[in-house]
Amino acid sequence: MKLSQYLMALLCPIILLSSCKKDADETATDTKSSFTLEFEHQVNGVALNLNTTTYKNAKGEDFKINVFKYYVSNVKLSKADGTTYLVPESYFLIDESKPASKLITVGDIPTGDYTKIEYTIGVDYARNFAGAQTGALDPINGMFWTWNSGYIFVKMEGTSPQSTTANQALTFHIGGVVDPNNTIRTYSTEINSANPLRIRTDSKPDMHFIVNAAALFTGTTDVSFATLNFTMGGANSVIVANNYAKGLFRLDHIHN
Amino acid sequence: MVKKIVVFAVLTLSIALMYACSKNQEEIKPEEKPITFSIPANFPTPAYQFEQNKLSNAGFALGKKLFYDTRLSADKSVSCGSCHQQFAAFANLDHKVSHGVNNCQGKRNAPPLFNLAWQKAFFWDGGVKNLETSPLNAITDACEMGTDIQTIITFLKSTLPYPDMFKQAFGTEEINSQLLLKSLTQFTGVLVSGNSKYDQVIRKDAGVSFTEEEQSGYNIFREKCSSCHAEPFFTDFSYRNNGLDLVSSDEGRSHITGVQADFGTFRIPSLRNIEYTGPYMHDGRFYSLDEVLEHYDSGVKANKNLDPSLKNGIQLNSVERTQIKAFLKTLTDNEFIKNKLYSES
Repeated sequence: MKLSQYLMALLCPIILLSSCKKDADETATDTKSSFTLEFEHQVNGVALNLNTTTYKNAKGEDFKINVFKYYVSNVKLSKADGTTYLVPESYFLIDESKPASKLITVGDIPTGDYTKIEYTIGVDYARNFAGAQTGALDPINGMFWTWNSGYIFVKMEGTSPQSTTANQALTFHIGGVVDPNNTIRTYSTEINSANPLRIRTDSKPDMHFIVNAAALFTGTTDVSFATLNFTMGGANSVIVANNYAKGLFRLDHIHN
Repeated sequence: MVKKIVVFAVLTLSIALMYACSKNQEEIKPEEKPITFSIPANFPTPAYQFEQNKLSNAGFALGKKLFYDTRLSADKSVSCGSCHQQFAAFANLDHKVSHGVNNCQGKRNAPPLFNLAWQKAFFWDGGVKNLETSPLNAITDACEMGTDIQTIITFLKSTLPYPDMFKQAFGTEEINSQLLLKSLTQFTGVLVSGNSKYDQVIRKDAGVSFTEEEQSGYNIFREKCSSCHAEPFFTDFSYRNNGLDLVSSDEGRSHITGVQADFGTFRIPSLRNIEYTGPYMHDGRFYSLDEVLEHYDSGVKANKNLDPSLKNGIQLNSVERTQIKAFLKTLTDNEFIKNKLYSES
């Protein structure tokens, strides 16, 4: 008899506590769902094909692309009322040679109508100097400079008859986070409020972006491969980053 | 009532047995001394925090094994320990520059490894900003280990006893670059050298004091050298040009910053264990401390980025040189250099 009384005394608060928790859950309205980021790679309106197709830059110079990969990070969604949601640990490496990387499902997003998206083209300052990382930021992905710590934000390699380097190579490794050669750039776009990003538990929308690789070479400064065909950080990388900040991404449409 | 007593007795007995069992096990397998990261009393708070990389005996053992494994390099000839030798305070004895795979000669002198947890930037040019990512540079440099992470991860996954060691260290079947680098850091990060005679004198350890010659050397040192080689690390971790050449053939720090004023500047090296870390300077051009002191006395060249403090050199007569050298030898930490915990076993 006595024992059961003790037990009751012990259990009561636990039962009460757990019931409280349940109530909170039931009254809460914040449900979560997901959406998809889709990146379609093009060069001035034509599909990007690695190694084969010849394209023209703004100066009219021919070039081919062998490697095209870049980071998208710190994805932030905003609602019309100004509230925002920063997707935690959102670091994505998109690589033309890996089709699956161009279709990214982002989960655990509070449901609602979002009217703006923004993200970093590259990797934020802190992670460039942080300790050993894994996942998209694993140095195994070939996007980390080992001799001068930091990530390559955008990597484009190819060839051009105009290039003065051996094998007519084009090497654009854009990165660096220290002024005056900071290449962190942000992309943001408003979403048509008539067709916002509608994230619902039963509706997982798809945001379709057109990514124009030729944007590296025009926008602020038209790049000639005769004079700029190799950069791994530094002032020339800033020229390229200023270019792609303007035209690398374009939100084409949303499938709600 | 009797039942209750019996239950109680059985319970007590089983607890006693359990205790006895665990005690027996301890007796059979002597308890391993836990690896610790110890901060000498005269050192400040470290920059590297082991909170994000929890130190364990298994993690340290794995890091040490990786550090000494030549199979990680391209031609299986070079390990971290090849250019970072314990008897040289983890510098490279008698090598001007590092000697990597395929007999390739690097361009800079391998620096000693100790007190790295207090360092915020690594290599002579400070290009690497985190202790954990430092090994990547040596692993991938064509003139050092000449390999890549993917090759190493594949090797570790298929080579005993690595899978088991990773599991013991991190509790997961996973082997990836993050765990590789974290375990290496559990080894390199605990390499603390802070028990030289100098340290004991500064900490006022009983029965330890400088000789008259060492004390005179220390006085000269504080007057003429410590503005760059600041205590207690004997470096202020800044980058400066010390006038080795009129025009530096190695761009040094400017390779990282792109700033012309940094051309030919290098990180001030620590003077701890200097007795064993020769040859000296970023290119290992001086084999003896006498040559180094001679350089500061009369060899400083008017490089355009020469540090202002060296404009007139540092004049030292022969008595002063002897005294300074006597003091510098008090920076040798024999306990560190001979600690079997850090040896290749």
